Formats: sequence, C-alpha cells, structure tokens
Amino acid sequence: MITVEFLYRLMGILTGAAAVINLRDRANPTRVANALFWGLWTISFLAGTWLPDLANGVLILAMVAVVTLRGGKASSGESTTRAERFESAKRFGNRLFLPALAIPAFTLLANATIGRITLGGIPLVDAKEVTLVSLGIATVLALVIAMLMLRPPLAAPLGEARRLLDSVGWAAMLPQLLAALGAVFAAAGVGTVVSTLAARWIPGGAPLLSVSAYTIGMALLTMLMGNAFAAFPVMTLGIGIPLLINGLHGSPTIIAAIGMLSGFCGTLMTPMAANFNIVPVALLELPDRYAVIRVQVPTALMLLAVNTLLMYTLAFPR
Amino acid sequence: MLVLSGLLVVVLGFALRLNPLLVVTAAGIVTGLAGGLGLVKTLATLGHAFTESRYVAIVWLVLPVIGLLERAGLRERARELVTGIRAATAGRVLLAYLALRQATAALGLVSLGGHPQMVRPLIAPMAEGAAERDVPGLDDTTRQEIRAHAAAVDNIGVFFGEDIFIAIGSILLIKGVMEQAGITVLPTRLAIWAIPTAIAAFVIHGARLLRLDRRLLRRAVGPS
Repeated sequence: MITVEFLYRLMGILTGAAAVINLRDRANPTRVANALFWGLWTISFLAGTWLPDLANGVLILAMVAVVTLRGGKASSGESTTRAERFESAKRFGNRLFLPALAIPAFTLLANATIGRITLGGIPLVDAKEVTLVSLGIATVLALVIAMLMLRPPLAAPLGEARRLLDSVGWAAMLPQLLAALGAVFAAAGVGTVVSTLAARWIPGGAPLLSVSAYTIGMALLTMLMGNAFAAFPVMTLGIGIPLLINGLHGSPTIIAAIGMLSGFCGTLMTPMAANFNIVPVALLELPDRYAVIRVQVPTALMLLAVNTLLMYTLAFPR
Repeated sequence: MLVLSGLLVVVLGFALRLNPLLVVTAAGIVTGLAGGLGLVKTLATLGHAFTESRYVAIVWLVLPVIGLLERAGLRERARELVTGIRAATAGRVLLAYLALRQATAALGLVSLGGHPQMVRPLIAPMAEGAAERDVPGLDDTTRQEIRAHAAAVDNIGVFFGEDIFIAIGSILLIKGVMEQAGITVLPTRLAIWAIPTAIAAFVIHGARLLRLDRRLLRRAVGPS
C-alpha cells in the first residue's frame, strides 16, 4: 500500500540532499544555516511520525531560531550559463514542455485510476490520500521522462532541487507552519470566541448592513486566519445563520455560496495565506514581500463589493 | 477573549514586517498559553499539528523536475515561443491563462496549475518575454509587476473557478457546516450560485490585465 508516509520519505531525501549539498558548498556564506534549516526539516519528514509531539514542537523552535538568527537565505548560482540554456532550448525545442505538462496530466490520470486498484483485496492507496499520492506519482514519472530526454548528470535533479529550495528559503516551510497554527487556533477555541463576539456586536435589522457585516467579516477573518475554510463556520454560525437566514429569511444556498467566495477575496489580501501570496514572491524572486498581494488587492476589493451586492439582491425574498 | 491574543500577534507581527516564521510560531505559543495549555502542552500541540500538516509541503516534490527543465532552458524556450506570436502581449498571455485556469478549475481540474510547476517555469517567462519584445528597455519595477501579476492570475483563476465544481473541498465544507446547523443545501445549487461571482472575477481582473497592456504599450511608444 502506498501512503503519504512514502511521499514524506521522498521529501526527506530532497531536503536532506539540500542540507548535505549546502554543507559542502564552501562558496556559500550561509551554508551552515541553510544546512541546519533543511536538515531539521528532514528530521521532521523522516522521523516526525515516530517522534514525541514535544520533540516535533522543539524542532519547529529550532528551525525558527536558525532563520531568525542567521537569516539563512542565499540562493546559489545557476548551474548552467545563459548561453548554454539558449543552446539547449534550441536543441530540445518544444519537447521541453513535455515533462512539465506531464505533471498535471499524470496527476489527473492517477487521480482517476489509482483509487480503484486493489492488490489481493487490499486497496493500493487509501481513499483519503489519493490526491496527494497522485501528485507524488506524477512528479516521479515526470522526473523519469525528463532524465531520459535530457540525459543530465545523475546528481543533477537533487542539485537543481537544492538551488530552487535555497531560493525559496524559509517560505517553503511557512504554509505547513500556518496549517499547524490553524489547528492550535481550533484547539484553543478561537473560532467560538469570535463567533460569540460577532453575534453579540452586529445588530440585526437593516439588510444591506447585515449582509455587509457577513461578507466583509468573512474577508477580514479570512485575512486573520489565512484560510476561508477556518473563517466560514465562525462567521456563518455567528452572523450568516442567525441574522441573514433566520432573521431576514434569506436563501441559505445563496448566502453560504457567496459567503465563502467573500472569504476568498480575503485570501487574496493576506500574507497569512502564504502558499498563495508569499511562496510565489520567493519563487519569482521579487524583492517586495507583499508584491503579489499588492497586485491582487484592487481585484479583491471590487469583487468583495460585487459579492455583497449580489447577496443583497439575490438572496432575499422581495 | 484572551485566546484572541494570538490574532493580535499575527497582525502586529506582519505589520512590523518581522519574519513570518517567527510571527506564526509566536502566535501559536501565545494562543496556547492564553488558552491555559501551559508551555509544554502548547509546544506539543504545535508539534503534533505541524507533523500532521506535512502533506502541505508535498508540492515541493516537483522541484527536481522543474529545476532540471530550467537547467535545460525551459524558461528560455517559453519566452521564445511567445515572442514569436505578435498578438500575444503580456496582458493577453495572462488573460488566456486566467481563462484556462478558471475553466479547468470549474471542471475540478485544480491540479492544472500552481506556482512552482506552471507560473515560475512557464507563465511568468511568457508574460515577461512578451513585454520585453513590446517595450524596449523594460525597467525592473515593471518586470517585477508583471511577474507578480503572473502569480496573481493563478490564484484568482483557481479561487473563482473551483467553487463551480460540486465535489471541491469548499463546497463540501459549506454543506457540512450548514448541515450541523440543521440546514440542508445541495452541492449542485451551491455550485450554480458560484457562477455570478466567477463571471465578475473574470471581467474585473481581465479588464485590469488589458489595462496593464495599454500602460505597457504607452511606455513603448515613448516617454510622454
């Protein structure tokens, strides 16, 4: 049976290689900090399942300490020159797109098939893990295709992965840490408190006001929590259901659907949604940490206004 | 009330531009302490949740392939391909990707995209290449703005496309939350009511992308 644990091993190999290559790279001034950061993450991938919770918590503190104290972000140079890449681009032409497009193609294919495969009555993949395992299988297959096509040195894939990991730096780990924060918020009952506060402070009555409180509240809470999924139950139980559905007899379907989309407007405007807004800043080597958010804010605000008006005009009986 | 102090840490930390890893960890610890968990229990909760969330990092498994292809000139090739098509301006390249991303997400194909596998190696170089062709001596600020737009298009496309698909996580979450409150909503109806916003998102953001084109072209004609 293939499980996500198998994918964590692969990730461990990736970050482990990044640590070792960094450590041996005497030209990199932050090699030790980089090696420590990727090395600690490697422990989490390879041994996290078996380590006590407290040890995993200490692991986080150590990683954060490395980043805070040493900065630890210096991208190593390109492995081929610009001229070499142009030459290679000319030689392979559009075939270069093949392995890149093979990733989504194989992901979809695997997604549709591996859930149904059984070996001696035991399913090959746990139904809950099909999507993740599909992505894992697709990347491995795409890598094989790329290796056969390009015939680079055998160590090249890990060397390249290290180059990209170093250029993304600490941002690579931020989405996972935020997911953990979400779980801590939930365990401490942050949602319940916000929900109670919202229900107490937002007055019922005027429809446009109540609708705005819900849509804008969804966007704001999403910005704080980094995730519309976390904000939706809180705002819907606190404002959506008592005020809009029970109080003003609005359509539950329309209110819930547009409420969630109002939350997505918030996702576009917050650094807390790191995988969407901070990781690409690192991937695209932009100097301004909030560059992607800046570009998204006008669209998000206009769309939030549209959502508010849509809910106001469509959801209530006239 | 006290458990909300974690949210305060988040707001202050990001406003002061402290390192996000530090901010998020501090927010987690403050929330746990305020919730009365004690330091050891808080660290353990955070550690447990972090380990359980490792699946979030699986996207990075694409890096060896992407890096290998970049090494072999994928970004240069993407750039060249677009430069050869005169009609493909930066704004139009991004608009086409927005349409593609939204349409495929609406069909449930959310994995056809993403920043590491699509935006960095393909979409950003394409848009940048088109702008370079049309605006001689493209300045760095504009170049960075175009890259940021490439990332934004991926986000906006998937956010306002995926809810049209009935089996996506957010639709199932809505159904679950409403059911707990004793209200039945049908996924198919939820998906239909995601369409007006999807259209608005395409029109609003599409118009902004075409305006980006006009701004680039004005610069190409000459400094005014």
